[in-house]
Amino acid sequence: MIDRVFDLYDELEKQRIMLSFKGGLSPELITALLGIVERKLDVIEPDGRMRKRVFNVAMECLQNLYLHNTRPGSENATEPQGVIMIAHGEQGWTVLTGNFMSTAEVSALKAHLDRVNGCEPEQLRDLYKATLNDGRFGPAGGGGLGLIDIARKSGRKLEYGFVPLDGSNAFFSLNVNVTA
Amino acid sequence: MAALTLEGTPKTPTVSFDDATGLLELKGRSIPENSIEFYKPLIDWVDRYARDPRPKTVLHVQLEYFNTSSSKCILDVFKKLEMVRVTGNEVTVHWHYEQDDEDMLEAGEDYRAIINIPFKMIQIEEVDGQK
Repeated sequence: MIDRVFDLYDELEKQRIMLSFKGGLSPELITALLGIVERKLDVIEPDGRMRKRVFNVAMECLQNLYLHNTRPGSENATEPQGVIMIAHGEQGWTVLTGNFMSTAEVSALKAHLDRVNGCEPEQLRDLYKATLNDGRFGPAGGGGLGLIDIARKSGRKLEYGFVPLDGSNAFFSLNVNVTA
Repeated sequence: MAALTLEGTPKTPTVSFDDATGLLELKGRSIPENSIEFYKPLIDWVDRYARDPRPKTVLHVQLEYFNTSSSKCILDVFKKLEMVRVTGNEVTVHWHYEQDDEDMLEAGEDYRAIINIPFKMIQIEEVDGQK
């Protein structure tokens, strides 16, 4: 393991990873991670609009990890487990997240993602307004707005995948590109 | 009733709702994990205020960031404020956004499309947020 530390560092450097985190999330930790994201963006990203969009996407993604992410049956399921990576690319930024979810919820999430991806920017805005005004609150208040907002801020199609783990659990990964 | 004042935190906005002047302010950041909990006292306050409002009410919204957990709660604050108009009193929302922040301007326009209250869009240099 000890001889792999440099390789790990080198890999993170090559991939231009600005932030990488895996583990349990608490509101305090999310505040700390967002603080790091904000400070680093202030230094690295000169475009104010891009800084805000990347921060917004990271904020919503972390919120998603926190809310929708318990691994049923795992022993240390006290905190939501997840992974997030934010990388600086040639044309902007990439926010990658991964979390466990129940297989039973996969088809509904996939349908929602496909609907969002099928929208042109103006349709996405209409979908946002309709969802905002539908009177339905999720457990945290958002009620289906999160991914729509992420897609609006991204300006690109959301890339996603599901890895089946066993009968009842799956791993969901989301790749959000934020380009100028 | 009494004024509602809450100091801002890195995740919640500064709140200053004054029933004596009809001046309501929401400033800073609204990015808590659970917004329902945070906004309940605000929505309740506006609900009570709407029963006996000042002739002129202005709500200043000056947010640097807000998350989608807050979006519907903010809409609920506006909806309670619509009640003030029903009784023939004047209400305006002043939606402040930073000059390079088109997304925040769009967010204000989205609310304006839903809510039956006049919105005034105000471009500012920089939102005085909590860092």
